Amino acid sequence: MRLIPFVISTVVTTALVIVLSRPLGNAAPMPLGSFFSPQHGFWQNAEPADQDFSEQLKLKGLKGKSSVYLDDRLVPHVFADNDEDVYFIQGYLHARFRLFQMDLQTRAAEGRVSEFAGAGAIDYDRAQRRLGMKYAAENALQEMEKDPASLAVFSAYTRGVNAYIHSLRSSQLPLEYKLLNIQPEEWTNLRTALLLKMMAKMLASQTERDFAYTNARSVFTPEQFAALYPQVPDSLLPIVPKGTPFEKPGIIPVRPAAADSAYPAGAVAHHDPAAADPANGSNNWVVDGTKTQSGAPILANDPHLELSLPSIWYEMQLSTPTSNVYGASLPGSPFVIIGFNDSISWGVTNSQRDVKDYYEIKFKDASRKQYWYNGEWKDASLRVEKIGVRGQSDIYDTVAYTHYGPVMYDDSFNDSLSGKRNLAVRWVAHDPSNDGWAFYLLNRARNYDDYTNALKYMVCPGQNFVFASKSGDIALWQQGKFPARWKDQGMYIMAGQDSTFNWQGFIPQEENPHAKNPARGFLESANQRPADSTYPYFIPGSYITPRGVAIEKYLSSMSGITPQDMMKLQNNYFNVMAEDMRPVLLKYVQRDQLKGSASKYLELVENWDLFAGPDSKGQTIYQTWFDSLNRAIWWDDLSQVKPELPFPDEETTMELLKRDSTSMAFIDDRRTPETETLAELVTGALNRAAANLAEKEKDGKLEWAAFKNPTIYHLLKQSKKMIVLGRQGLHVGGYGNIINAITHSHGPSWRMIVQMGPLTEAWGVYPGGQSGNPGSRFYDNFIDTWATGQYFSLWLMKKSDALDKRVKWTMQFEPEV
Amino acid sequence: MKFLIAFLLTAALAFTGGLYFDWWIIAPAAFITAVLVRQRPGMAFLAGFLAVFLLWAGLSYWIDVQNQHILATRIAKLMGVGSPFMLVIVTGLVGGLVGGLAALSGSFMVAIKPSSRS
Repeated sequence: MRLIPFVISTVVTTALVIVLSRPLGNAAPMPLGSFFSPQHGFWQNAEPADQDFSEQLKLKGLKGKSSVYLDDRLVPHVFADNDEDVYFIQGYLHARFRLFQMDLQTRAAEGRVSEFAGAGAIDYDRAQRRLGMKYAAENALQEMEKDPASLAVFSAYTRGVNAYIHSLRSSQLPLEYKLLNIQPEEWTNLRTALLLKMMAKMLASQTERDFAYTNARSVFTPEQFAALYPQVPDSLLPIVPKGTPFEKPGIIPVRPAAADSAYPAGAVAHHDPAAADPANGSNNWVVDGTKTQSGAPILANDPHLELSLPSIWYEMQLSTPTSNVYGASLPGSPFVIIGFNDSISWGVTNSQRDVKDYYEIKFKDASRKQYWYNGEWKDASLRVEKIGVRGQSDIYDTVAYTHYGPVMYDDSFNDSLSGKRNLAVRWVAHDPSNDGWAFYLLNRARNYDDYTNALKYMVCPGQNFVFASKSGDIALWQQGKFPARWKDQGMYIMAGQDSTFNWQGFIPQEENPHAKNPARGFLESANQRPADSTYPYFIPGSYITPRGVAIEKYLSSMSGITPQDMMKLQNNYFNVMAEDMRPVLLKYVQRDQLKGSASKYLELVENWDLFAGPDSKGQTIYQTWFDSLNRAIWWDDLSQVKPELPFPDEETTMELLKRDSTSMAFIDDRRTPETETLAELVTGALNRAAANLAEKEKDGKLEWAAFKNPTIYHLLKQSKKMIVLGRQGLHVGGYGNIINAITHSHGPSWRMIVQMGPLTEAWGVYPGGQSGNPGSRFYDNFIDTWATGQYFSLWLMKKSDALDKRVKWTMQFEPEV
Repeated sequence: MKFLIAFLLTAALAFTGGLYFDWWIIAPAAFITAVLVRQRPGMAFLAGFLAVFLLWAGLSYWIDVQNQHILATRIAKLMGVGSPFMLVIVTGLVGGLVGGLAALSGSFMVAIKPSSRS
């Protein structure tokens, strides 16, 4: 032996192996040795382009034999003998094709991101826990497991997910696990509940503006406040057609005498690192047989969400001897969420209703064990949250729970400028509910009565369920559990020291805004206020008005409608806001005061056709101009308090400007001695926008798509490098206020059209692909179809079609004996 | 001849080992080969390096072609190595370096001291 060279080379070899076996740090947590190994690492995720997905599977927990036919788009058509097997297989397939996203989303729901992302995510995790996300899921779980049929279904789904997880060898782990150097976790019914609560948070949290409004009260008069943040916009076209009579309210909440004076005064500052996207919106509509060419109703739905790869949706057909449903499912939950069966079709948009309030709590002492309520000290329960953090030791956070709910903000979680306030959350999503069951029943609904019966299970997030049946009925219900509020209740942070400000009850379910078979032949919802001011309840929310106006404009004038017309409408780029706003801009702009390229840009706006297509320059200039003007009008007024108040909705601004060129003196910049005029603001805004736009034009970014750079990020978008797993620079137009609501990274996450003729015909598309594997050709193969406004024909397969040429692969499931 | 045997044995052991063990099995594979098939250290290193380099680069090249470069294009960007083909080369280098060094170590263990070489 040559000892010294042996020792040296052995040490070097061992050191190299150790280095290659260790994470390189938080930015690249994967150990390079196994990551590069073609037998273990990422190469194993590079799926052959001609991958054979056919399999024979023997799995514990199945009752009988089932078949899954995968078509050329990798959409599974599941045929099972009973409910348990069909949901077992749905769980298995969700895991097989989308495991990482289910795992990630439910860990995030629970506030466990720091465990793999490190200290940077601690704030996010604390916010999730302090909002009581897991508490909400635990309450839901009790309800889900109370009914034996429900327990059986959710448990079968869980078993299916776990059957796949247990079959995985480490080399077969989805790519993201290898990148993050983590392992999948066992699925549970609680995790299904967590996923549904994540949807509740996405859609029914931050629909309130309690903090901002509390701040606004200290700056604006009630008249100003009402003008800036009106409950019913002038241009509103509500979901329930105007003129529809409402029943006498079943509950009349009593406004406390002290309502105005007893709100705790003073401003709050808050931070919510997990704030939801205010642009979460959607469209759905339905036309009856009188308006269609075929004489059958046509239903359309496109839910707008943050677009991601893998997509939030997974397309599938679920068939048993007693049910047969097709549509978009949500990996992490059983059932089809938006879809159709042999008799009906349905779709959803978000209700945008405010179902979350904050109450100020007075604790006896720093231990937070007791709080003052109705003249006595009441016990709070303390929940100790242990947060694991990658690369450092665990941290602990204690959250006090009151009868309202968790005290989200307190000394340890607040950056209040005006003293430390303890704020408890009262949120409908904390109430026990089995929302998933609404979808179980919808999947099996045969008519209007089945549909309304199914909806009753939906508590939170409140949704607008559009409906069409083969028998010709059309309907739209806004369904959820909504507090019956006295006027202005819950607009601001409320005093929680006695029961004065408590919710007094809920709006009876049958009084939720709804409409069935209206004379005009169509119904639509697009996140607007569901009813006009004749609805007998006070219903604040973060409503979005323009898209509903645009949809009604088109639907009311259309006749002899075909599914192709509905496709065109979903992809429509008409800017209805600009139609109203442009004349205001053109009226006030002072042409002789324009500088540089501003005159040229003005001309482009004047000649613009009002369509926000990908190649439109007019849209880019209009929007930049409007944003610049918006800031000039509001910033000086709204930044008087910190944090700044939200800008009024764009239609509010437009309506104010149309009515009054001084807009109640908001036009004047309060920071300058002069009194500014609207003409000066409009002109200055165009000049500033032009300077910015000239830069963009130099880079070839004056066209709308180039300007906004439509992008679909990978779910791990927090890491900039992960853009390699996303898609940038899509050639699509649209905006949040346009029917085709595509912003930079947000938009129609699923487009579906269903014609309820003797033979159900349906079309759909989503910007993603059926496989969650970035190494699969099915990862993003629908994106181009989606971007060009095309659709796939959705195939409600019959079991006898097994030999159809559209079936490419077959998975056979049978119980392991 | 010895070189070829060492080369083939390393590659075979590394591949078979990879089916049952973690990625580092390439190190013992090259080490054991170098102990069994005595060569001068330089030749042992080269055999170990080339065996694992070609095994890893070959496997990944095969996978990449089957995959029509879908994943390698993304990962190449992520790792900043340019192209799928360069990613294949980098993959080979990572494995090759470990294989070569392990073989070197093995050869030194069974090497006769230079002074007593005949």
